[in-house]
Amino acid sequence: MAGFKRTKGLTDNQFHYCPGCTHGIIHRLVAEVLEELDSLGNTVGVAPVGCAVFAYNYFNCDMQEAAHGRAPAVATGIKRANKDLTVFTYQGDGDLASIGTAEIVHAAMRGEKITTIFVNNAIYGMTGGQMAPTTLVGQKASTAPLGRDEDHCGQPIRVSEMLQTIPKAVFVERVSVHDVKNINKAKKAIKKAFQTQMEGKGFSLVEVLSTCPTNWGKTPVESLKWLEENMIPYYPVGNFRTPEEVK
Amino acid sequence: MAKELWKGNEAIAEAAIRGGCELFFGYPITPQNEIPEYMSLRLPQVGGCFLQSESEVAAINMVYGAAGTGTRVMTSSSSPGISLKAEGISYIAAAELPCVIVNIVRGGPGLGGIQPAQSDYFQACKGGGHGDYRLIVLAPSSVQEAVDMVQEAFELADYYRNPVMILGDGMLGQMMEAAEFKPIEKRELPEKCWVTDGTKGRRKPNIINTLYIDPEECEQLNSHLFTKYKEIEKNEVRYEKYNMDDPEIVFIAYGTTARIVKSVINILKNEGINAGLIRPINIWPYPYQVISDAAKLPGVKVFLTVEMSMGQMVEDVERAVKGVKPVHFYGRTGGMVPALKDIIEEVKKILGGIR
Repeated sequence: MAGFKRTKGLTDNQFHYCPGCTHGIIHRLVAEVLEELDSLGNTVGVAPVGCAVFAYNYFNCDMQEAAHGRAPAVATGIKRANKDLTVFTYQGDGDLASIGTAEIVHAAMRGEKITTIFVNNAIYGMTGGQMAPTTLVGQKASTAPLGRDEDHCGQPIRVSEMLQTIPKAVFVERVSVHDVKNINKAKKAIKKAFQTQMEGKGFSLVEVLSTCPTNWGKTPVESLKWLEENMIPYYPVGNFRTPEEVK
Repeated sequence: MAKELWKGNEAIAEAAIRGGCELFFGYPITPQNEIPEYMSLRLPQVGGCFLQSESEVAAINMVYGAAGTGTRVMTSSSSPGISLKAEGISYIAAAELPCVIVNIVRGGPGLGGIQPAQSDYFQACKGGGHGDYRLIVLAPSSVQEAVDMVQEAFELADYYRNPVMILGDGMLGQMMEAAEFKPIEKRELPEKCWVTDGTKGRRKPNIINTLYIDPEECEQLNSHLFTKYKEIEKNEVRYEKYNMDDPEIVFIAYGTTARIVKSVINILKNEGINAGLIRPINIWPYPYQVISDAAKLPGVKVFLTVEMSMGQMVEDVERAVKGVKPVHFYGRTGGMVPALKDIIEEVKKILGGIR
């Protein structure tokens, strides 16, 4: 394997992410894929509101910063204005699975030819650890101090399983970045998702299980282990849908 | 091209296409449905794209995305739908994205009704969404004026990099009138070097953003916007004067109501009462100066603002008149339209008190 190099897909700006947070890995994977597909000059990314709000400072391509949850609508506007662009949204679980459910479901329903990178770390990070729609039952959060009570606020939402029921959501895969093997799989999925878009097949989404050491109250290493032992049983990794041509 | 009979909403849609609109995003709401309906058929015929969104919230954010690519884009709605768009409009104003937003106003507050109203004046001219920002707001009073204004709105939006609102009402949207599509005067527009349409490896990435985490930078954004707004206030005040030769009473009214007031003025003339009208054509920027000047005319005894609201624009009239002359208000709201005889009665009551 060649030496570890910078990707042209990222700018020189320093990440603001907390130590041990896996956003940095996911950014890099997306950036590497865009570089490998020779698409940086033809891509517009849409940043969310949440921890990745500053993503527009990091991806080395044209970027728009959307209102909370509205990235798929913004991406729809960009793509409908210019079909030849590659358009992606990068959204967290509060942004996509709570305030932005209508936008993500309908972008998928319409088969918008965009790619969504959905980062699920089971918590609101930027605002300080509040309960997310993806917070596990029993998991503590600043607005669920005794842990999520399913009788009070239900069970966490499984976005990939929900979206795979939509015919035009043609590529849906859940991956994780808690170890090298899974990081490699995540990159492959992200690449296929972008290829699905570039081939005009329809809507593509990769859900990436991610850690939040700061708000989980764990060390980075403990967080990776917690993800593997607690998130993956509820959010199983794997491919839900792939178009024939991209397999 | 000869005059043809057009329904207001459909004329607005056709005018947008003539004005270069390539994309339309909207969600059904009465009384503006003919705009998206017309667009859904016509835009694809001219190589554009119509998309019915899942909500008004999504529609305005689609506008944000599309405007960010430098494409001429429009959305339309009616009062409750505009409330839903207000957040997105704030973002669009902050990001300085050119676009056109049509509000065919209906009665409010709440679900209100579906009949014409002018009770969204505050929302259109004084904010609506959060933060310090301004829309350029054009208030047509006929289908012909709407046709001209919609085309001009796209020019204004691109010229100032600012969202432009067409503030009509259910009457204007639903009525049919003769209108003609004339080419409008084109402005010399600045190059859109800020758009996000892919760097093509030829320039640094462009970023469309409204987040300024450093308060000093956020204040600078506001200062920058307000420098632009000052320029708009200097250049884009538009009004019509009607029968303003030595009037005893001066009406201030805009849009549909101004037409009713013109009829009132003609009737009053036959009764020996000389009344005039100042009709703001653009309601932001507002024609404060011309109203202020009229207040200083020795013959002018009193102002009467007529609106289809409980009294919103009247606050700007008071601001212009500065207490020099009395300012009265007459309004009907909730979808009720002022009748000629009621306005005439109001005039006589006011003048009777003065005379």
